[in-house]
Amino acid sequence: MNEPNENAPLLEVRGVTKRFPGVVALDRVDLKLNCGEVLAVIGENGAGKSTLMKLLAGIERPDAGQILLEGKPVEIDSVQTALSAGISLIHQELNLADNLTVAANIFLGREPRRCGLIDRKRIEREAQAHLDKVGLRVSPRTIVSTLSIGRQQMVEIAKALSTDARILIMDEPTSSLSQQEADALFRVICDLRAHGVSIIYISHRLGEVHRLADRVTVLRDGRNASDLPRERINHDAMVKLMVGRDVSQFYHRTPHEPGETVLEVSRLVVPDNPRHAISFSLRRGEIVGIAGLVGAGRTELLEVLFGVRRPLAGRVKIGGKPVFMSNPLDAIRAGVALVPEDRKLQGLILEMTVRENIGLPGLWRHRLAAGFQNKQRERRDAAEMIDKLAIKTPGAEQVVQFLSGGNQQKVVLGKWLALAPRVLLLDEPTRGIDVGAKQEIYHLMDRLAASGVAVLFVSSEMEEILGMADRVLVMHEGALTGELPRDEMTEEDVMQLATRHVAAAG
Amino acid sequence: MKKILGIAGLFVAVFVLTAVLAPRSFLQPYNLENLTERTALFGIISIGVAFVIITGGIDLSIGSVIGLVGTLLPLLLTKYGVSVPVALIAVMLLSLAIGLAHGLLITKLRLQPFVVTLCGLLVYRGLARWITGDQTQGFGNQYDGLRWIATGKIPLPFLDEFDLPFTFVILAAVTVVAAVFLNKTIYGRYLLALGRNEQAARYSGINTDRCVILAYCICSVLAGVGGVLFALNLNSVQPSGHGNFYELYAIAAAVLGGCSLRGGEGSILGVVIGQAVMRVLYNSITLLGIPTALEFAIIGAVILAGVIADEVVKRLASRRRAAIQARDLARGQPASKT
Repeated sequence: MNEPNENAPLLEVRGVTKRFPGVVALDRVDLKLNCGEVLAVIGENGAGKSTLMKLLAGIERPDAGQILLEGKPVEIDSVQTALSAGISLIHQELNLADNLTVAANIFLGREPRRCGLIDRKRIEREAQAHLDKVGLRVSPRTIVSTLSIGRQQMVEIAKALSTDARILIMDEPTSSLSQQEADALFRVICDLRAHGVSIIYISHRLGEVHRLADRVTVLRDGRNASDLPRERINHDAMVKLMVGRDVSQFYHRTPHEPGETVLEVSRLVVPDNPRHAISFSLRRGEIVGIAGLVGAGRTELLEVLFGVRRPLAGRVKIGGKPVFMSNPLDAIRAGVALVPEDRKLQGLILEMTVRENIGLPGLWRHRLAAGFQNKQRERRDAAEMIDKLAIKTPGAEQVVQFLSGGNQQKVVLGKWLALAPRVLLLDEPTRGIDVGAKQEIYHLMDRLAASGVAVLFVSSEMEEILGMADRVLVMHEGALTGELPRDEMTEEDVMQLATRHVAAAG
Repeated sequence: MKKILGIAGLFVAVFVLTAVLAPRSFLQPYNLENLTERTALFGIISIGVAFVIITGGIDLSIGSVIGLVGTLLPLLLTKYGVSVPVALIAVMLLSLAIGLAHGLLITKLRLQPFVVTLCGLLVYRGLARWITGDQTQGFGNQYDGLRWIATGKIPLPFLDEFDLPFTFVILAAVTVVAAVFLNKTIYGRYLLALGRNEQAARYSGINTDRCVILAYCICSVLAGVGGVLFALNLNSVQPSGHGNFYELYAIAAAVLGGCSLRGGEGSILGVVIGQAVMRVLYNSITLLGIPTALEFAIIGAVILAGVIADEVVKRLASRRRAAIQARDLARGQPASKT
């Protein structure tokens, strides 16, 4: 490793700005990383963490500002330059060719050759050395798809080390790991730090940040909110900086008494996790959160409740009547609506207008004789939703893809509110939208609950769960592992339930 | 709307150019009648495939359906002595069954439309040849009344020399019904929606499978209608060759007329005009004395040029929009100076 300059940090970002159509993702952001340091970068969804990391990894280029490496300005204009500068990004979604072996993945794209053919012996020998560094005890000849997610992540880290990375960027590495796997990852991180590797660690889990980080940089709305040194890292300080205002105000809740039971789920078996049966109920005017790790089966549960997937067994009652939902149309008729996880893939038809998107689910209900569209009704619904949800759009005829993420999400909500559902299912309702829109969506959830809608939402953001839910259901590996009322919800308890199965076994 | 203007402009350009270069032969009433008739026959099958293309699918079997229906109809009438209405109903039901089969295979078994209809192309052609023993079929001198549907002409009040082919009336009716269906009914909107994003359509409570099946049924039934009309029009149907390549003409016209093979886009009128452009091109190749061996090359080049022009216009428009947005952003965000 090169000896760093006397005073210059290993990596420094100065006044970096990055714009995307419709948003300023980063606004004059600064960041410093010292040698052998674990720097946590935290912030809510849409705060600009991922964009900043993409700039460092050469995936995006900044519109303004400088990146300095050991005090010298560098131009990171491609992933290749980032790698040769020793910066390696480990994405939240793993980027492995899972049909190939561990060794082949580690050397993908830069295979050492002998006589023009891949030198497999050498690859496997060198891969083994890198695997040892991360403490992964598998043969380099193992096919990646046979490894657990946690181990695949170790392969990613080994791959990064094989490029002589001095700076490792980890984007939410624990979002789909069990507690044990996460612990193993933390050990590797500490080990790497001891060997002088610097790590930028991005996470929503403030507990992890507290445990690992030497320093914390907080981003908010694309700007620097503040830095916290090791001794000042604590949960409340981080939350306050991330949210930028008093939490109780940000997560807007008006007190209201839940009414009678609307949704009753008994012994429901979701096809993806046939070993567990799920039972719970939801009352009028209640906001219930579903917490859990990525891959815990939360989305699948919502999809069964919305008729996208068929349950293997179990019963769903809505308003006391048993309902069998074989497709979303049945669910819609029973008064259920789903704001899906990926609004671009499942929520919206991006090339269609705001009016057409809002009108789509209601076309059937409001159809005229012989199946003609009720255009008048559609226009009225669209205008009403634009007004009610404060959708920022030049008009109802604007094509949805040109709206910002927050306004797109409001269009998805508008689609369903126009049908006045009794049960509203929300899957990661604030993912990838700016803080202002987020707060509006929280207000809306509160308003809907106050008007008697039963709201069930899935979220990976602990703050959102703790801030919005009257009650939280926690899932782990397809099973409902627990339920906590509002006054008993803490991050620790929720996390424990979210990894309960493993904890009990270990 | 802009797209229709574009294709209509192309039509006028090709039409005027041919009229100027070969005024005598091209503007002959006989030639124009013929042109109208061909446009009508091909236009009907193009409308059918447009529905499938709008769902993001494709139908390669149209030509073979035309071949099968075109050989079966004379066979049923002349050899088996089936009555006209029964024979017509039988071939229409067969077309519907073919479309239904395609739709079911594509939605329920999740097979690719390309593969399913490619197999259809081979199977129906083979059946047509086998059923007829590869013998050319025709109506002989009988069924003149029935054949009038495809050959009849209606005198127009103010044009003495030009009589309107009856097939054009059929095309007009099909066009109006199809356009109303696509643009005014909820099913039309469902097709456009699922062509853009099938998953989002399904999550909006649309029975997407049923809609896709419907599109393939419309396509095959219109191919069947085309098959009947082509057979009645020609009176001589060769099982091995009748309708060959017609699916490609239909697809080309649909693309020229503004359908995107990615789905979700298309206008019925545009497709009909697209087909008219192709027919005029064909006609002009003959009339201008261009070697007919070049036929395919010229048609292909014109379609390619049209599609490229469309894409270029689209890119320019989106670049302009991005520039406007960037400018607005810079204005609206004075805090973030570059």
